[in-house]
Amino acid sequence: MWQYDTEIKSTIMRHLPKLSLGPLLYYWTRENVFRFYESIADTPVDIVYLGETVCSKRRLLRPEAWLQLAGLLQEAGKEVVLSTLTLLEANSELSSLRKICNNDQYMVEANDMAAVQMMSGQKPFVTGPSVNIYNSRTLDVLARCGLKRWTLPVELSKETLTSMHQNRPAGVETEVFVFGRLPLAYSARCFTARAHNLPKDDCQYRCLDYPDGLMLRTREDESFLVLNGIQTQSAKTQNLIRDINDFIDLKVDVLRISPQSKNTERIIDVFYECVHGKITGSDAEKELQQYTLSGECDGYWHGTAGMDNTSMKALAKN
Amino acid sequence: MELVCPAGNLPSLKAAVDNGANAVYMGFKDDTNARHFAGLNFDDKRAQEGIRYAHDHGAKVFAAINTYPQNSGWSRWQQSVDHAAELGVDALILADIGVMDYACHRWPELRLHLSVQGSATSAEAINFYFQNFGIQRVVLPRVLSLKQVKQVAESSPVPIEVFGFGSLCVMVEGRCLLSSYVTGRSPNTFGACSPANAVSWNETPEGLETRLNNILIDRHAAGESAGYPTLCKGRFNVSGNTYYAIEEPTSLNTLELLPELQSVGVAAIKIEGRQRSPAYVAQVTQVWRAAIDACTQDPVHYKAQSSWLETLEKVSEGSQTTLGAYHRPWQ
Repeated sequence: MWQYDTEIKSTIMRHLPKLSLGPLLYYWTRENVFRFYESIADTPVDIVYLGETVCSKRRLLRPEAWLQLAGLLQEAGKEVVLSTLTLLEANSELSSLRKICNNDQYMVEANDMAAVQMMSGQKPFVTGPSVNIYNSRTLDVLARCGLKRWTLPVELSKETLTSMHQNRPAGVETEVFVFGRLPLAYSARCFTARAHNLPKDDCQYRCLDYPDGLMLRTREDESFLVLNGIQTQSAKTQNLIRDINDFIDLKVDVLRISPQSKNTERIIDVFYECVHGKITGSDAEKELQQYTLSGECDGYWHGTAGMDNTSMKALAKN
Repeated sequence: MELVCPAGNLPSLKAAVDNGANAVYMGFKDDTNARHFAGLNFDDKRAQEGIRYAHDHGAKVFAAINTYPQNSGWSRWQQSVDHAAELGVDALILADIGVMDYACHRWPELRLHLSVQGSATSAEAINFYFQNFGIQRVVLPRVLSLKQVKQVAESSPVPIEVFGFGSLCVMVEGRCLLSSYVTGRSPNTFGACSPANAVSWNETPEGLETRLNNILIDRHAAGESAGYPTLCKGRFNVSGNTYYAIEEPTSLNTLELLPELQSVGVAAIKIEGRQRSPAYVAQVTQVWRAAIDACTQDPVHYKAQSSWLETLEKVSEGSQTTLGAYHRPWQ
């Protein structure tokens, strides 16, 4: 009887998260970007974030091209969100930002407080992981400004999200970055240009050479970080597939997968199948391990150093 | 232009005030401020004494409560705000939206500054904090060029404070998680970058190794000076080359840019270094006081004196200085 009740309850109460594809963080050729999103149209992903969030010099896709992709994905039934630049420095960047924020067709992901301000009180908006929402009071303030969905900053843990969900403002959805190299820092300096001894103003678009970023190793050859223009990422892929039940229990609304040059479509499939109980967690885990770049980590979600792999630690203890 | 100097403890506060600071900034002894280091910052008694000393000598005191609380620690930030207000500080330097919301409702008369940790790089971002919380000053991130500072200054609803001298963060403040990726603790969450408890120094046949939570940050040959292993200032290997792949250990020094900072409308110059000694604070404050006075009197003929530059070079991290992002080629 107890089992039966639990089962009924779990079926009725189950709040299965949707899947999103985060903005493309790297610089790819126009042809590759189009090919990539055409194939994404056929995946079970629900939400697709589109646009350049790292460097305003990356202009192989003009705004019209992004809008063309947005149309294509919307036609395929995807919810499209336009993502905005994270570090704004020049006035020209602000005017591009204003155009995106003022568009009347798509929801916009703010990655900086300038974008939040432009949409505040004007229209609903989403925040990306670089907008610092660390506590309930901040979430409340932004909800009053029109926040529809927020992404948990990547350094925050299950414990913090659990607490914030105890009094989450009505109507605000939560998204968690579950798969991909972690965006960790932004600078005025371009580290990819620096690696080529080039000034930022004449970077020769070297980011195009590194479809998953440029590896930075320690002096004992350990893969440590990835240079992606002005952004620094983790070398390891954060993979929270083992924590799917946490997300369901916590009523997380959206799980974000970050694009990589290979296997993104299959990564989406695996998450989808796992969320919907079509494959077991251990099968999903095994398959995803083939797609992670330079190892995997999940420490942030578990309240430790981001680079930690808690499942490995657990194995080592047993 | 106002000169805002670091006060890591009472002797530093007095050194800053005695040498001509218009204002000092300080923090409490916990993770509510971005220099949460052992042996630093102010307990109740010292804070009272420091504030009295500063006020008696015509200097203002700002309290930095500029990290990002999570729900589990919220009460500490709330208490810090209350405490600072009750102590009679002249302004709070805040970064977190929630803390700012609390402060402006609980202490509506108290002046609020947006911390560099708030990473507002545009007038639009500043407007958010101005319209919602009535901030009266913003500290700009150290990533903007002089031209960009000028653009922000022209359209900002509030006066601007910029960093003039001290340790240089190459990453945008408030949005750098490198430290928590390696150690679990970041400036945002804990008030420290590359925290000391995660650091180890090991003498090996290859040289002196510095590690952060076991990640090799650098290795120093005999005779090479080994600095603190702040993780972005280590040497790493990219495409077969080993070099300072992110940032060399240098200090920011904008003494030469003073007339330009003044002409673009910068209201205050901030000196970094609450973690440094009272002697450092005294020397640096003295130089900057003299420079700002000279610049105010005669900006056209202002020139950074070589004795000033020598003093600053001597106390700089890595013994080198740079104009940082103010000077575009650095970017």
